[in-house]
Amino acid sequence: MSCSRTRNVWAVCKRELGGYFTSPVAYVFIIIFLVLAGFFTFNVGAFFARGEAGLGAFLIWHPWLYLFLVPAVGMRLWAEERKAGTLELLLTMPLTTWQAILGKFLAAWLVLALALALTFPIVITVCTLGDPDKGVMACGYLGSLLLAGAYLAVSSMTSAMSRNQVVSFILSVVICLFLLLAGWPPVTGMLVNWAPAWLVDGVAAFSVMPWFDNLQKGVVDSRGLLYFLSLILFALFTTGVILRGRRTN
Amino acid sequence: MIAANTLVKWFGAKLAVDAVSFTVAKGEVLGFLGPNGAGKSTTMRMLTGYLPPTSGTISIGGHHLEDDGLAARALVGYLPENAPVYPEMSVTGFLRFAAEARGLWGKERNLAVERVIETCFLEPIRRQTIETLSKGYRHRTCLAQCLLHDPPVLVMDEPTDGLDPNQKHEVRNLIRRMGADKAIILSTHILEEVDAVCSRAIVIDRGRLVANGTPAELRARSASAGQVRVRLQGPAAKEAAAALRALDGAAAAVVDAESAAGITLIVSPDPRDGRRPNLGPAVAALVAARHWTCDELRVEEGRLDEFFRAVTVPDTKREEKG
Repeated sequence: MSCSRTRNVWAVCKRELGGYFTSPVAYVFIIIFLVLAGFFTFNVGAFFARGEAGLGAFLIWHPWLYLFLVPAVGMRLWAEERKAGTLELLLTMPLTTWQAILGKFLAAWLVLALALALTFPIVITVCTLGDPDKGVMACGYLGSLLLAGAYLAVSSMTSAMSRNQVVSFILSVVICLFLLLAGWPPVTGMLVNWAPAWLVDGVAAFSVMPWFDNLQKGVVDSRGLLYFLSLILFALFTTGVILRGRRTN
Repeated sequence: MIAANTLVKWFGAKLAVDAVSFTVAKGEVLGFLGPNGAGKSTTMRMLTGYLPPTSGTISIGGHHLEDDGLAARALVGYLPENAPVYPEMSVTGFLRFAAEARGLWGKERNLAVERVIETCFLEPIRRQTIETLSKGYRHRTCLAQCLLHDPPVLVMDEPTDGLDPNQKHEVRNLIRRMGADKAIILSTHILEEVDAVCSRAIVIDRGRLVANGTPAELRARSASAGQVRVRLQGPAAKEAAAALRALDGAAAAVVDAESAAGITLIVSPDPRDGRRPNLGPAVAALVAARHWTCDELRVEEGRLDEFFRAVTVPDTKREEKG
């Protein structure tokens, strides 16, 4: 039975991957991601002038790049299916909603992972020019991948809310921005004067940044991993709830 | 195979389906009729597990949709309204996906895909991208999808919508052929289709089931059913009408047309105990006894469209009545 479950997820994932690569979505995403990552790393981040043997100047931009690029990939996940009517086809197949959600999510995540993997020249550059800590680099990449996954899961959730892709894009950018800025002093400062301390801390705890920073420094913290995984699972679970609730037309 | 029991569906404050019950057995093709917005598609979406009913139960092949949804859905092939397909995929790619989602992999999958490509005449376009196809082919691709696993239950929402007359004919033949050993539900606006393929039909209007019977039974309930149409030469129109009206079981006889070829009269039966007497033999006997010349005598079977109009409310009038 677990074999047939995995197969079901794989069937959906495979179809979805095919969809990314037969349409321009995957290519546009990958190219734009690589161009922007290069621009920020070398031109803005002054990668060479830093004289560091590490990926700091490169990875630091990822939360901001993903903020716009990931919702652009994720907004179509459910909105498009709903609009084309294929949602009806997909959800009446003998699959669970969960298998469909997971399959679609994994496919999109694989596209993001591919884009990330294609930044390998920078790793080669760093290794050629200096003697970096390979473990820290691997951690940095892991952090970037998890962050992309978290944003993607949020986009999946907002995509299930509306058949309008623009609405779902904006919603997910806003939620991701909140996750990005939640621990930032100006945001907590807005609350600190009137809200109780537990609320301020609670809001700050939503932030992805501390966990992302830790991974960039090479600190693999089980709480950090738990944070990302639970964020992803929560957003995907909510996707399921919304899909079930919105099967009205 | 299919049993729907007092299905109710509310959309917010709007009642879309109101206590609809029916069953479909193996070997039956059930036609689902009703005006636009009557609740046909909603009912079909509930049968396939897409929409949960507000109340009521559905069982497919003995599996309750609510408790055992996967097993129930595995038995069903579904052609949704407007035949949605993934536009960026190729026909074969799409069918492969549909097969895999239904648990057919490897050789089994390839065999199933080849089989439906043949049954649905998709061979010439099998490698094309779906968005480049004509509406008819796109529709047939979606139809092919629902036949992949050779399901014992088929639910088809307007299976011949958007097809040209030749394609319609092919699809109807296909449905009739499959109807022998499957339980099929199809919705349609085309009443001739009901005659062509359905062994039974139900009519639903404003969410309510208003009729359920074989096409012949439904026709027999239309106003013109049992009327005798007779064309005579010889007698004066008035005389003939009076004589026909006097027949036992006749309620009325009116002159429909008068021409050089003769006069055409319509004799309506007088329903007794809900049944309409067959006036044919009595009219024939009268014609013979009076030595009139008769070149046409027909007992009307009734007409489905007449019955349909009588039991449903057109949407232009819905406001006042509903």
